[in-house]
Amino acid sequence: MTTKTAAGAIGISASKIIPLSMTAMLGLFFVGFVGFSHMEVVHNAAHDSRHSLAFPCH
Amino acid sequence: MSLFRNIVLAAVIAGLLSGLMLTVMQSFATVPLIVQAETFEGAGAEAGHSHDAAAPADHHDDAEAWMPADGAERFLYTAAANMLAGIGFALLLVTAAEALGGLKDWRGGLMFGLAGFLAFSLAPGLGLPPELPGMPAAELGARQLWWVATAGCTAIALGLLAYTRTPVLAVVAVVLLVLPHILGAPHPASHETAVPAELHARFVAAVLATSLVFWALLGAVSGLVRTRLRGGEEVYSAGTAEPVR
Repeated sequence: MTTKTAAGAIGISASKIIPLSMTAMLGLFFVGFVGFSHMEVVHNAAHDSRHSLAFPCH
Repeated sequence: MSLFRNIVLAAVIAGLLSGLMLTVMQSFATVPLIVQAETFEGAGAEAGHSHDAAAPADHHDDAEAWMPADGAERFLYTAAANMLAGIGFALLLVTAAEALGGLKDWRGGLMFGLAGFLAFSLAPGLGLPPELPGMPAAELGARQLWWVATAGCTAIALGLLAYTRTPVLAVVAVVLLVLPHILGAPHPASHETAVPAELHARFVAAVLATSLVFWALLGAVSGLVRTRLRGGEEVYSAGTAEPVR
């Protein structure tokens, strides 16, 4: 609700919505994979990075 | 698709550069402290501190799972993880900037980078300080949920404060900034740990300092590259429909 108001206030053009939602989802996927994946192997590989970026770990 | 392609390209360049920079800084500032803390890991369990329900499951004693060997391999995987996270954060940053009117120069990118630091490093870190291995913590899922909610609320609040002008939305923004901290982050029943408090204090400071540089660089490079990569986007300003691939 509030985000819609904010977006509406600055006028996001309709043609931008699809590419922007795709880049946002891609970004969330990368951050989620590195920082939040519960897979043991991903956790171990990204271990020092997770701790150093203050993601919840262990 | 040119807007999508240009944003991804800018984010990849910014993420790779700042992820690499972050890895270099971490190898001096944070990783030595993590390695030092790992020597205490397990000591707490032996002393009988980790038997309550809130104690973390210790992944490191799990012989089944692969983990990178210490040294060059561990460094390379940390670098890869940092660069992937950098690309992800840069995608979110450029997307947010684009939705809010676009990046005009590196200074604008820098402002978004500093906002990213506030939303993704400082605000979650206030409730869940950066953890060292071997430190007790509440259940992982609950902490991850609080982390994501706090980062999201803070990001939306900063956007509202910077891009809206009505008093009501300013109040909403302040509520969003404060609410996660009033509700409070999930914490373990006991904070007892074998890791020295002095080591943890140095680690928290190192994480905040390296994250600040990382986010500032990420934002500035995103802004710099984004302003130079606008090929094929005229179709958007002309107001026509989504172009076909």
